Order: sequence, then structure tokens, then C-alpha cells
Amino acid sequence: MKLSRKWLNEFTPINASDKEFDEAMTLSGSKVEVTEVQGEEIKNVVVGRVLSMERHPNSDHMWICQVDVGQDEPVQIVTGAQNVKVNDLVPVAKDNSWLPGGVHITRGNLRGEKSKGMLCSFAELGLEQRDFPTAYPDGIWILSDDPELTDLAVGQDIRQAVGLDDHVVDFEITPNRPDCLSVIGLAREVSATFGVPCTLHEPVVKGGADGVLAELLDVETPDADLVPRYTARMVRNVKIAPSPKWMRERLRAMGVRPINNIVDITNYVMLEYGQPMHAFDYRYVSGGRIIVRRAQEGEKLTTLDGKEHTLNANHLVIADEGRAVGLAGIMGGLNSEIVEDTVDVVFESACFDGTCIRKGALALGMRTEASAKFEKGLDPMNTLPAVNRACELVEMLGAGQVVDGVIDILNNVPQPWTVTMDPEKVNALLGTDIPAVEMYQLLKRVSIETEAGDFPNGPAPMVIPSYRGDVRRLADLAEEVARFHGYNNIPSTLMRGQTTQGGYSQEQKLEQDLGRVCRACGCDEIITYSFISPTYYDKINWPADYEGRKSFKILNPLGEDTSIMRTTVLPSMLDILTRNYNYRNKSVRLYEVGRVYGLGGEDGLAVERKILSLGAYGEDMDFFTLKGIVEAIMADLRAADVHFEGPRGVPSDASYHPGRCATVWAGGTCLGVFGQIHPLVAKNYGVDAELYCAELSLEALMAAKGPRPEYTPLPKFPAVTRDIAVVCDEAVTVGALEKAIRKGAKGLLKEAALFDIYRGKGVDEGKKSVAFNLILRADDRSLTAEEADEDVKSILETLKSELGAVLR
Amino acid sequence: MKEQIAKIKAEALAAFEGTQAAADLDALRVKYLGKKGELTAVLKQMGSLSAEERPQMGALVNEVKASLEAALEEQARKLEAAAMEARLKLEAVDVTVPGKAPHLGHKHPMYIALDEIKEIFVGMGFTVLDGPEIELAELNFDRLNAEEGHPSRDWSDTFYFDEDSRVMLRSQTSPMQVRAMDTMPLPIRMVAPGRVYRKDEVDATHSPMFHQVEGMVIDKGVTMADLKGTLTTVAQRLFGEGIRTRFRPHHFPFTEPSCEMDVQCHKCGGAGCPTCKGEGWIELLGAGMIHPHVLEMAGIDPEVWSGWAFGFGLERTAMSRFKIDDLRLIFENDVRFLEQF
Repeated sequence: MKLSRKWLNEFTPINASDKEFDEAMTLSGSKVEVTEVQGEEIKNVVVGRVLSMERHPNSDHMWICQVDVGQDEPVQIVTGAQNVKVNDLVPVAKDNSWLPGGVHITRGNLRGEKSKGMLCSFAELGLEQRDFPTAYPDGIWILSDDPELTDLAVGQDIRQAVGLDDHVVDFEITPNRPDCLSVIGLAREVSATFGVPCTLHEPVVKGGADGVLAELLDVETPDADLVPRYTARMVRNVKIAPSPKWMRERLRAMGVRPINNIVDITNYVMLEYGQPMHAFDYRYVSGGRIIVRRAQEGEKLTTLDGKEHTLNANHLVIADEGRAVGLAGIMGGLNSEIVEDTVDVVFESACFDGTCIRKGALALGMRTEASAKFEKGLDPMNTLPAVNRACELVEMLGAGQVVDGVIDILNNVPQPWTVTMDPEKVNALLGTDIPAVEMYQLLKRVSIETEAGDFPNGPAPMVIPSYRGDVRRLADLAEEVARFHGYNNIPSTLMRGQTTQGGYSQEQKLEQDLGRVCRACGCDEIITYSFISPTYYDKINWPADYEGRKSFKILNPLGEDTSIMRTTVLPSMLDILTRNYNYRNKSVRLYEVGRVYGLGGEDGLAVERKILSLGAYGEDMDFFTLKGIVEAIMADLRAADVHFEGPRGVPSDASYHPGRCATVWAGGTCLGVFGQIHPLVAKNYGVDAELYCAELSLEALMAAKGPRPEYTPLPKFPAVTRDIAVVCDEAVTVGALEKAIRKGAKGLLKEAALFDIYRGKGVDEGKKSVAFNLILRADDRSLTAEEADEDVKSILETLKSELGAVLR
Repeated sequence: MKEQIAKIKAEALAAFEGTQAAADLDALRVKYLGKKGELTAVLKQMGSLSAEERPQMGALVNEVKASLEAALEEQARKLEAAAMEARLKLEAVDVTVPGKAPHLGHKHPMYIALDEIKEIFVGMGFTVLDGPEIELAELNFDRLNAEEGHPSRDWSDTFYFDEDSRVMLRSQTSPMQVRAMDTMPLPIRMVAPGRVYRKDEVDATHSPMFHQVEGMVIDKGVTMADLKGTLTTVAQRLFGEGIRTRFRPHHFPFTEPSCEMDVQCHKCGGAGCPTCKGEGWIELLGAGMIHPHVLEMAGIDPEVWSGWAFGFGLERTAMSRFKIDDLRLIFENDVRFLEQF
């Protein structure tokens, strides 16, 4: 919301500098975004009088002017404009002056003649024809030709001379304060903030135009619930003309373009009172009847901006007997627009249901100044003063004659209400020690007073102004007190009360631990979007009929790419791997603890599970490096009975290379899957490299987490080591061999570590030689070679009988 | 014989001194002092001496033997020292050659900031909560005083999963206030960081998914002064002891009175610069005293209990902390970016 400081001064005169003003208003709750100083870019431009003109000796169109700019000597300025006469008052950009857009004017030489500046057009001063309708557009601005520019003085700063010297404050108004979307509302806040009086003006309408309002106009509001109040007046014998300079100036300051007197008046009143107004041409209100109703399905209306809309019953329209003439609260219809030859005008000042207007405007994609105000819920008590103010301005501007009387339909006007103030409770809430009387005085600043207007010492009911619909209970009064006492005058205290333990949950600690291990393994943490495109399931090769594809679907997504909630983190990880690959980043390792969202949660919500996902590619990455990271995670968890198996045979396995994919288990629970991404999937992502990923369930990891470790005594007796190499079929896995070794050992085996797998010369085709290093030890004595050999013998027998693996 | 001994001594000493290697020295030891060495050979001639000369000569031989042994030892030490010196010289490295660092992964900058924030609150007795991102509109809106018709409920602002606008992606972490009130015993001190979703197109300052940190305290006799004191402490822990804060009135449907907290601009120290848009202050978070109606809806009597709550955007805090100028970098996850932190 913009506020002209000049306009503000009409109600609440205030001298504060921009900085003081902005800070004080911000700290009382009306946050200032920026203050625009009009004409700020214009420097050293003054009113000058043309003393003489002579033809330029070397040009057939230029003139050499001697111009009085209020200095001892006239200055010589060469101009190419043809509309200047001797004695004219004109804007003069002197030597070393600045114009809008960073234009710097300095002395120069024009075809051999000195020129110490420039005569300006209004456009060169950043103005438009609408701002000065009588000014000549294609030449120098002859200030003395404009009867509205009075009191001009030679040498006067041009900004002051033409009214381009306002300071315009732009406020961020919170949605609970629609009353502040007006000059008057802000004038009240300024008054309360600075503790200076705010003098409002009661509109006075003379009236007396021909005709009886009740005979001329009839208003019906069949959808009363959507129209809390509808107020209208009529103006006859209208003379459409430009509005006066002072009005144009204020409109311009507030960012509204002047159009003509009647339209400008509606805009002026909307800015001043915060009450949207609409004026329409009476001749096009067929039968003199105004019906405010829901639109019919498919009803068409072309609005003032020339756009045609097809409406439905969710839209509220202003209609006459036969057709809609305006979109209520949003924009008027083109068919009843005020035009040059408009004679009779109806001023509508109504209060419409905020939600209805908001939804209507949203559906049509046309949020207007009016609809933006209505959607916040306006004060129905404001319609009458606003329409009267409009009529008063009509009379003031001589724009027409006002018909006596007002049409005022009150369907749902709030009753005055009170809220009980309790100073003690307010102090208890704020942590302050403000005396009761002072609190009542602060409330009086915002016109919240007791019935008697006194300042009692204890609780009292307060009468709330109709425009303060946001004040409903004690907490709201506390905020008013706090605002004007100053938030920064409330003390800062440390927390008291019962101590609470606080801290992280076990799951959060696990997340922290996992992150630590992943980083130690060289993985960088990433953050990915939780929504994906349904096509990503194709991209990771999931079968079309796979259950896992059933996702929460956003009905109003930003786009296809973010339209469903992922049930797998794989596409997110692959996306980031691909991006890094395309950036030519070498050797990338990533991790994320991300959520997946499954159907079937409580209350129609999702089952949200967390997944630790790992992703990597590069020279130092292969299946066993990734497996090593997974093993490191398991070791850090101290999970018991960890083992690895092949894929489980579920449809989601399709994302992985069938020969390089494993599942990790703790006891009977599968913790997740990992391996090389299927080359076809990598191809879908446009990556010509081996991609590796892991997906581990946080829930399962949590369950697999082992207990705190307990110390076991270090070995006291030496170990015996034996290396064995056995030859077995290709199909026999190392895991199976290890299992057989453990099974065959007679209790002395402490460790069996793979150290070589050999295929080739000396080993038959289809066979392999696998070598293990065995460590045997007894806890209570030094082993003899015989004892160790006995164990090894038993191990070899088991390997042979169970797996057909024989000593090489 | 005397001369012979003197000659052997002089020869041996010269020979010892000339050796370069331990092996040569050993050979000389054998040559002069060994069983078949020259000095031993002299001793063997002792028999031809007179009884008077014999002890004299014996003493002389022993004396020479001792001095040769000492010389040998001395030379051995020298050689050893020289060998060590040579070895060290050989083993010297160019210390400016880069080290072989193990590659450590990096925490995402936003979570670095988040972890700091969580630590601060945990230290003050706050519990860290997690909650669902797919949430009921009832908890995200109704229970927080944003009734039907509130603009933030529009389909243009919030993502929905059903036509009735019942299930949605939470647009704020504030429903965690309601969940905490519904499930935790009083008094409550909690923070709830997490992902939130709004219908904003991606640009340098917007993303349809971002993170907030919610916090709430409910206890008997909790005041706005406590809110100010606690949040000021948090700002000081985050941005340094010297940082100044200010509180401005604001509006949130679920708090009353409501405020926003600004911190003094870290770049200009409050003088006004482009970073703070000339204001000298940077908006950090929104907060307020929990609206009595919100407490009532959770079955908490506002006449007995009071509380305050706050919420802030994590991205913006992390960005200002690490001077990141484009939000898209946060979600792009380029390792060249990630490995800067």
C-alpha cells in the first residue's frame, strides 16, 4: 500500500524525516518497504523565462534563447523546438543538471553557438500527458500556458513548481489490517504511532439534482449472504473532463493513472477510504434496476479491460433487468463504462463477501485493486461515508449534480462489539509492568476506549471500532498495547519454568551417525525434491504394472516433473549423479537420508519412510567398493549376523545390473539393496558410465542397531595361521565356502579371510581356486601344530563333502 | 721390537682413519688385532726377549692394543654417523609435494546450519520432533486459525491430493505445533525442522520445496519477554555475541501478539547496504504468543497455560550464513558446490 506524505498531512500532519517516519511506522507494525522520493532523479532544473529568441545563424530550425533562470545573468540556451515564445515560462535544465533515467545535461556547443543547458518537455521530466492534459506533447512544456500552474516563480525548483515533490511510502500491510489499505487507515496508524491527532473530515453533500432517487433507481440483492451492504447514489448532468491538478497529483503519487473526473473520483475515494467504488453509466442500466446476483452458467461479460469472460454461479455480477453490467467487486463491464457523453452516473459503494470475490477473481485470473481489497473483508460501515465523499467531490469539482438521498441495503452489518480489557493479564502475557492507566491511554490512540472514555485501574469492557474486525479478544488488545508501548521496550528474559530434558530421538541420532559414516567414506550429502514425474518409474525400468508405482498424486502440481510423491529415492539420486556427470565431475560419491511416501497411512495420509540412499560413479568405484561402504555402515551400527545375498527377485530389482546387485541382511531382515545400476537405466539417464546406488531402510537399520559394545579380553596366547587353497566349481560362492569353513572348524577358528581367487593355468575350465588365510587360537593355552592341523583337516573335509571343494 | 710395535701402531691408525665402510674396518681389525694379526705375531716373539724386557714389552703391546681398539671404535662411530647422514639425505622428500588425503565427504551446507540451530535448542531443553509432510489441511490450517477461505488455502498456493482439499503437502512446519500439543505432555519445549511445500516456481529465491524450523514453548507463566530473551540468545549463538536484534509487530493467524525478529545486517553493521536493502536489518524469523484459540482447540486452557512459537526459513538462514546468492544451488547438488563447505 502506497501512501503520499502530502495526502497524509491532510489528516495527520507529521514532519518526521523519511528515516524517522519509516522506522517508527515499521516498529509499530506498518512495515515500510521503501520510500520513493518523487523527482529524486531531477537535479538543477528550474522554472525559466524566455527573454529573447533569435534564429541560429547556422541552422534553419534552431533558436538561440536568452533565458532568465533567476541568476544575475540570463543564460543562453539553443533549442530546436518551435513552440516557444518570448516571455514563456519553461522548465530549464541548467548546466550540470540531471533528468530521469540518469540523463546528465551539461553546457555544449550547437553548431558553433554556446548552449548552457536545455529547455525540457514534460516527458523529459518523466511525466505523461495524463498528468498534464493541456500540455503540448511535441515540444517544450510551456508552463505559463497551463492555468492550473499558478504561483510560478523564475528560478523555482521545477519539482516544487509542478508538484513533483511528494514522498511516497510503500507499506507491507498484513492481511488482518485491511483498514490500513487506505490513506485514512494509515493516517490513524500514523497518529497512534506518533501520538499526534488525526483529524478526519465528514463529507457534506449539497444534492438537489432533479428527480427522486427511489423512482430513478431500484436495487435488489437476491444473494444477500454475498452482499452484506450495498450503497448507491446518483449524479446527473455530468460533465466529463480531466480532474484538477491536485487530484491528478495525488493519484499519480499513489500509482494510479488519471483518466477523467468521474473515474478519478472513484479511484480517489478508494485510495482515501479503502472502499472500492464503481461508477457506471445510468443509460445502460436498463429499467433503472440494479440486481446483484450470482452469474448464470455460461453468462458472458466483457470487462473494462476489453476481455470477455464466461461466468458461472460462483461469480457475483451487477446486472440490470437483462444482462450483467459488471463483475461485482472485481471490474466494471465495458457495456456501462463512463464515456465522453455520459450524462447520469450511478456510484456504487458496496461491501461484498471476501471469499466469493477472491475465488471469482482467482478463477478469472484477474486480481484487481478492488478485488484485492474485498478479499480481505472490508468494513461494511465504510460504504456510506465513501459514497458521500464521492458525491462531495463531484460537487467540489463541478462534475455534475447529486440526486438527494441514498440507496442503502443492509443485509448483514456487524453489531458493535466490546472486548474486556484486563491490564494485569496483559502484563502477565507480555512480561511487562505497564500501569493500567497507561495501557488504556495506549488503546485510546487506536480509538479503543471504554464506553465512558475513562482510564480505569482494573478490567473494563472496550468498544472496538467497526473497522477493527481483527480485535476480538484480550490477546488482540495485548498486541495493541505492545505495539504502542514498543515491542523493543518489552524486557528480554531467559526461559523460566519447569526444566525439560530435550534432545534427539534414537532415530535422529541414527541419522546423525549414518551421515558421519557416509562422510567418512567420502560421500557428500545432497538434498533432493520429494516429488518426481511418474515417467521416472519408466526411466528406472520399473515394470508398468508394479505396485510400487502407486504414488500420492498432486492434483495441482507446478508441472509434470513434480507431480507425484516418490515411492523410491532412486530417481532422485540418479538425477543428481547424472547432473554431476554432465558437469564432468570425476569420482562422485553422494548420500541422502530422504523420505519415500507410500499409500495407506492413517487418516488418508502417507506412510512416510526414510531411506538412506548412496550414489556413486568414477574410477575408484566398483561393486566391492560400494559393498565396502555398506559393510562400514553395518560395522558402525554393530549389527549382528550381517550377511549379503543376491537380489530378492522383486520387480524393483529391474533398476539394477542383475549380476551386480546384492541385498544386505541382519539376521532375517533385509536392510536394503545395492549394486550397479542397470546399464539400460544408466542409458535412460544419458550416462555412459557405471553408476552405483544403495537404498537402505532407516527403519530396518534402526532395528538392526546392535547394543553398546562390551569389552572382551585381548588374546593372551599366540595364534596359529594356516593358508589353504581349494578348487571348486565356478558356481560355488565365496560366501558358501566361508560358511563351510566355519561349520567345519572345531572351535579354534577365529578368522577366515579370503585372500585370492584364481582361474587359469593349473585349474580346470569351469573351476576356480579360492585361497583363505585361517587364524586359529585357543583362549587358554598355546596351540600345538597338531591341534591346529586337526581343525584344518576337519575344515577341509567339510569343504569337500559339502561343496566338493578340494585342496589344491 | 719396540720399533716394530710403533710401526704397527702408526700403520694401523692411518689405515683405520682411511676406511670408508664398516666391512673394511672389520678387515683391519682382523689384520692388526686378530688371532693371526700383526700385533699377535709380535707377542709371539716375546719368548725371545729377556725376563726384564718381557713385562715392559708386554705392557707396551697391551697399551698399543688398547689404543688401537679405541681408535677402531671411534672410527666405527664415525662411519655409522656418516652412513646415517647419507641415508637421511637420501630419504629426504620435497615437502611441497601434495599430501595423500583420504577423501572425506561433506555435509550439505543447509544441514550444517540446521545442525547448529538444533544444537542450540537442544542445549536449552528442547526436543527435536519429526512429522509428516503429507498432512491434513485440518492441522495445517484449521487448527492454526486459518479457516476455510483463508488465502493460503487456495489451490494456487498449496498442493493438494484430493478434490476436497483435505490432504495436502504441508505449507509450513506449524502443524507440528498442533501435533506436539496433541501428543506431548505439558510443559512442552520443541523444535521441528522439516520440508515444506508451496506453489512457487523455481528461481533464485523461490523453490516449491524448502525447509522451515518450527519451535514452540508451552508452560505456565510464559511471557513475550521470554520469547524475546530466548530468540535473542539464539540469534547471538548463531551470528555472534555482538549481534543486535529488533522485534516488529506482524501478523500470523495462530499467534497473538505476533512479531518478526530482525537481526542487524552482518554486512554493514546496521548502516544500510544493498544486502539489507538499506534498512540495516535483515528479517530472520516470525514468532508470537500462541493464540489462545489455538490452545483451546488443543484442549489446553489458555487461562492456565501460555506459550510462544516461532518459525523460520532454513534456506535463507543458510544462504546468509554462507553468503550463497542463489537458492537453486542448494538443490542442484553439484559436488563442486557441496565440497566448499
